[in-house]
Amino acid sequence: MNNFMTLKIKAVSRNESFARSAVAAFCVELNPTLDDLSDIKTAVSEAVTNSIVHGYDGEDGVVTIQAGIDGNVIHIEVSDEGKGIEDISMARQPFYTTKPDAERSGMGFTVMESFMDTLEVFHNAPHGTVVKMSKNLCAVK
Amino acid sequence: MNIEHKLVGSTLYFGLSGELDESCAAFVRDTLDSICERNQMKKVIIDMERLNFMDSTGIGVLIGRYRKLKTRAVPILIASPPGAVDRVLKLTGIYDIMPKIAE
Repeated sequence: MNNFMTLKIKAVSRNESFARSAVAAFCVELNPTLDDLSDIKTAVSEAVTNSIVHGYDGEDGVVTIQAGIDGNVIHIEVSDEGKGIEDISMARQPFYTTKPDAERSGMGFTVMESFMDTLEVFHNAPHGTVVKMSKNLCAVK
Repeated sequence: MNIEHKLVGSTLYFGLSGELDESCAAFVRDTLDSICERNQMKKVIIDMERLNFMDSTGIGVLIGRYRKLKTRAVPILIASPPGAVDRVLKLTGIYDIMPKIAE
């Protein structure tokens, strides 16, 4: 890794804007396009929202956001120690949501998958979820 | 997040500015609903020109308003989304139910 950062935030939605802006600011040394930066902000926002809304669901908790730069690639890991995802492959399906009554779109993982180059979702031992994603920010696409 | 509105003829316009995510989703939902309930309109246009950010939580809010207004046969149209917001709208297929007004 050429560079890395770790951010720990209280699991409240007013911290989402700060979290995605911090990761975007961290990426700036790779000279990303504005489109790349907004894609990263959106993907981070999705992962952090999942931790807050689904992982902790109103309970107190901490969301950890790690970012690392390796060559032209930004690696981002968002983890929580919330209740976890029972069926990860189901959760990754477009429009699947465990909270349809709360007007959730069920598109969070689809957005992350589309806006980043890679996306992996794991169970966090002993409980919670880890989302790992990466994007190549090489200027020549 | 700031929401402006005006009724012009039978069209209710909303102007959203700021960032639409989980932190303001309930505010946006309640504000749009209460203004829609107070007005008799034939269509709703949501102007997103000054919406700097929206994630899929915003998509959930939009789909919820679509469902509510569908019962009154009032269509929703979207105007001037910035590039980043436009990509989220396209990816999630929102334009199938809320067409984008041609620029």
